[in-house]
Formats: sequence, structure tokens, C-alpha cells
Amino acid sequence: MSSRLSWFILLILVLGFAFLYGPMLVLITYSFNANKLMTLWGGFSVRWYPELLTDSQVLNAAKNSFVVASVSATFATVLGTMAGYVLARYRKFRGRLPFSGMVTAPLVMPEVITGLSLLLLFKQLDTWFGWPRSMGFTTVILAHITFCMAYVTVVMQSRFSTFDISLEEAAQDLGARPLKTFLVITLPIVAPAVISGWLLAFTISLDDLVITLFTNGPGSGTLPQLIFSKVRRGVDPTINALATIIIAVVSTGVITSHILMTRAERRRQRDIQLALQSNK
Amino acid sequence: MAAERAKAEASGQPWNDPDAVPYIRIENVTKKFGDFVAVNDVSLDIYRGELFALLGGSGCGKTTLLRMLAGFEQPTSGRIYIDGVDMADIPPYERPTNMMFQSYALFPHMSVEQNIAFGLKQDKVPAAEIKERVGNILDMVQMRQFAHRKPHQLSGGQRQRVALARSLVKEPKLLLLDEPLGALDKKLREATQFEIMNIQDRLGITFIVVTHDQEEAMTLASRIGVMNHGQIAQVGTPKEIYEYPNTKFVADFIGSVNLFEGQIVEDEPGHVVIACEETGRPIYIDHGISTAPGAYCWVAIRPEKMELLKTDPGSKSNCSPGIVKGVAYMGNLSIYLIRLDSGKEVKVTMSNQRRAAEHAIDWDDRVFVTWHANSPVALLS
Repeated sequence: MSSRLSWFILLILVLGFAFLYGPMLVLITYSFNANKLMTLWGGFSVRWYPELLTDSQVLNAAKNSFVVASVSATFATVLGTMAGYVLARYRKFRGRLPFSGMVTAPLVMPEVITGLSLLLLFKQLDTWFGWPRSMGFTTVILAHITFCMAYVTVVMQSRFSTFDISLEEAAQDLGARPLKTFLVITLPIVAPAVISGWLLAFTISLDDLVITLFTNGPGSGTLPQLIFSKVRRGVDPTINALATIIIAVVSTGVITSHILMTRAERRRQRDIQLALQSNK
Repeated sequence: MAAERAKAEASGQPWNDPDAVPYIRIENVTKKFGDFVAVNDVSLDIYRGELFALLGGSGCGKTTLLRMLAGFEQPTSGRIYIDGVDMADIPPYERPTNMMFQSYALFPHMSVEQNIAFGLKQDKVPAAEIKERVGNILDMVQMRQFAHRKPHQLSGGQRQRVALARSLVKEPKLLLLDEPLGALDKKLREATQFEIMNIQDRLGITFIVVTHDQEEAMTLASRIGVMNHGQIAQVGTPKEIYEYPNTKFVADFIGSVNLFEGQIVEDEPGHVVIACEETGRPIYIDHGISTAPGAYCWVAIRPEKMELLKTDPGSKSNCSPGIVKGVAYMGNLSIYLIRLDSGKEVKVTMSNQRRAAEHAIDWDDRVFVTWHANSPVALLS
């Protein structure tokens, strides 16, 4: 630690940061551009922010995105937890290979293919059963659940495979039935993984454009769809403002969780010290 | 010690009473995992109030047997009865047993108090009674001041006491303990051993302890079942197991032992004479073993039952000359490694009765190893 930073390391550091954060900095800077032309600096201004917040189209899309992301993340978490549990616990059952293959397929499948296949499926279902009549919230949420579940399954499977089964056995030994054991012992212990699975699903759903384009209809356009269409029609500085807000929200979230985790870890260390001291 | 306790029990030694009804009956139980036979046709009767130890090395099937009693594994064949009830279709949460896990398996998201109360809550015991019983058991294991701590805030010994309290609080008919003292240091281990024996005396619960530590089994148990390769090698009181092992495996597994290979030349009701190349002079045992002369057998003699002399006592049997090849001074006793004239090495333990004895036996001394005629045990397998 005592050795000074050499110019080479410093250079790498600067280049690395520039590579990672440069685009974002440009974006944030231009969100305060007074000029309507994206590529020309016309002085400092915050005019795009109020304009953005009064733009009902943007607000509506943000709301749609939020609804789609939270509903699909919730369903994906429930299904993914169940699938992860089965895959981690039951090493052998008929159809395990196809099951695990199908569950994780969306991870490796190109999004265009997933999107197209879902679109065809919905159309076919409509001709056969008269459902879903049109593309909209239902179809986009179903599509998002499908691929978000894959991520949650991976997270939960790895969590369950390191879970100490003797905890469940102890609960049953003390008289708890299997379902109760799962609800009062297993679930609270894996809760952090469930939460991170949900957040992962939420983020991925919020971010998705390709599958959404295939499965969404009018009236339920999401934020990525709106941004995409706006950019196509000609760049608009309000998009910069919108992106800046998103970056601000995400950064706040990351920094807060980091502080909370550091604090929890410090408390843990203190507890361990305490336990060692009280051990006569 | 354990033998005395067993004797003090009102019913005496139920395993010697042909009319006694066993509390736990294990009948021809076999457990296979794929092709691997973990438990192989084990039959065992355990009586009410016993502290029974299942002793064996790792992979001998002792833990699998315990898990079948708790209901976590189903026997491939055979039956298990607890208090006369067939356990075949009874799931773990309905069995009258509680188990203390080797890993303790304390619920990490619950405090000490909540961990202990968990079992009572499942039985819908009223809140006031739960509070009282948890309080009592916390006092018993001296953990009252830690009631609100989480398991990760406890040391190994404290966790072990919480696990014991949690398995005891429901006052099960049968308590199963899987390597209960494995993770403790020597001092704490001894203290806890006596604590477990106290609790067992006070509550009269039947205990089955699984352990790989023979010293632990000897101290704790009223009877020991020695297991090997999924089978019960011998069942008996600690004294029987130690003094009269029935196989070479048991003799070797429990304590330390010198084994000699020999051939029976004389087998009368009152004595046996065994010719042995390793000892030179024959081995004379003062009780018969009723087998045909000419049979080959093993003779086991415990190191503390042998004695070293510096001069030849001149006896025709039970004496073998050798050279001292090593001395380990342990304080209360010394262990000598003797190379007999045949090249066979034996261990002899002698207590250090006198301080720095003038007749001290030292490296490379010529000595004569002798033993009493009732010390050797002849083993046919």
C-alpha cells in the first residue's frame, strides 16, 4: 500500500474510468443544455426537467414500466423460487434435464427469438381460444415473467444448494410440518436471496426493449419503448434529462445499500468479538 | 462409572432380564443408498432410561441408524418400534423423538429463546407455559443471560448448550444426539458429559448417542453398540466391551491393545494354552473358550495389563523377553514400546507409582514382559 502510484497505473485508472463513466457524463452534461439541438452547447439550463415532468407521455410510460416490472418481478420470483428449490433439492426426477433446460433457455436464447416465438404463441392462442384479444399489459407481463423467472431460478438454485438441510430437519424434528417448515424456517433464511432475485427481475424487466416490442400493444408502452421511438424521431434533450434522473435514482440506491451492508458487516464482526469474549 | 449408574437403577440391568420389554426395538433394519449398504441387517433392543451409545468410525452406519430413528431416512427393509409403535409410516414431526444435530442446526434468524420455544409452539402449548418451560431449561444449561442473542453471537460451547436445551425442552420419550460433544474442547467436553448424565438421571429420558469417540462412549453410556461396516459388532456395558471384546475389530477399536496370532494347543474347561511364535513362550489363559485344539486365534492383551521385569521370572508361559525401543513419559503413567525377540512390537503401560524410581526402565534395556493368566482374551474372529 505504501508504494506510490506509478504513472502507468494512473493512466490505466483514468482510461478505465473514462471508458465507464465518460458516456454518462456527456449525457448528464447535455441534459443541462439550453440548446434544443442535442449536439450543440447553448449554455446552462434546467428547462428540460420541468418539461419532462409535465410530459404526460413520459409519465405514463414510466408508470407502465413500473407496473409491468413490479408485477412480473413478483410472479417471476414466486415461480423462480419454486423452480430453484426443485432443481436444488431433487437431484433425480423424471424430466429433470428438459425442465432445467427450459427454465434456463431464456438466458441463452437471443431476445429476438424469444420475442418472436411469444408473439406467434399469443396470436395462435387468440385464433384457437379467442384469448388474448389484443397485445397489452397481460401479454407483456406474461412475456416478462417468462424470461425474468430464468434469472430468479438461477439465483435461488444456487442459494438452495448451499442451504443447510439439517435446519429443515431440525424444524420437522421439533414438530413443524413441511409447509410450515418452508414458511417459517427456509423462507426467512433465504429471504436476502429472494429479495435480490426480485430486484434482478425488476431491473431486467424495466430494461427490456426487444421482447416488449414484440409482445406489447398500444396503450401500455414502456419507458424503453418511448425512449427508443423518441430517439428514432430525432433526438430530444428531454431524454437526456430522463436518463439523468434514472442514473441519479440508481446511484442513490447503490450507495445506500452499500452503506447499509457495510454497517451490517461491522455489526456482525462486533457480535463475533462479543461471543468470543463471553466464552469462558 | 457408567456401570455403577446402571446398577443403581431400580430395574437393575433390563438387558439381562428376559422378561423386560424393550422400549426401542430395531428389527433386521437394512438401509441401502443405491448399491452402498449403509446399515446391514441391524437388530437392537434398547430399554427405557438407558443411555445407549452407538460407537464406530466414520461411515460405519451409526448416523444413518440414528436418522432412521428420527424419521429422516426410511429403512430399505426391517422395522423400528418405539414404545411398541411401528414407526414405518410416522413422519419426523409426529415421532416422540427429538434430535440434537452434529451441526447444532440452530435457526440463525431466531434468538436463543425463540429457538428453544420453537418446538413447544408447534405443539400449541399456551404462551405462559412456553415462557416458563423455556426459562427453566435456560437456567438448567446456564444460558439465561444469553436468551436474546442470535446464534451467530454465541461461542461454540454456548451454541451446543442451546442445541441441547432445544432438544430437551419438549421432554421427548427418546433423545437422539449426533456427536454432541464433537466441537468442544477437552475441558468443556468433560463438563458437558457430566451435565448430560445428570440431565438423563433427572429426567429419565432414554438417550441414544452417536459418537466416534470411544472415551466419550465409555464415560456416558450404560451400554455401547460398536458398529463396523453397517453391522453391530458387539453390544455390552462399557466394561464388557473393554474387558471382553468378542472380535479383533472391537478389541482394536476400543482402547489400545496388543494382538498376537497363535494356535490353540490345549483347550480344557479351566484353561487354554496357545502356542505363539510372536511371544516365544506359550500364552496360558485361565478360562476355557470351548473350541477345537489346533484352531488359529488372536490373543488380545491390554497394555496396562502387562508388566515389565528386569530379570527373567523363569515362568514357562505368559512371559516374553524383549528390548525397550521407546519410552513415553505421560506424567501419571509411562508407555513403553518393547520389541520382542520375535521382532513383534508391543505397548506396555505402567503407572508411575514412585517418583523417578531407582529401578527405572530405560531405552535399550533388556526386559521381560509378563501378564496374569486372566488378562488375555482369545478371539476367534
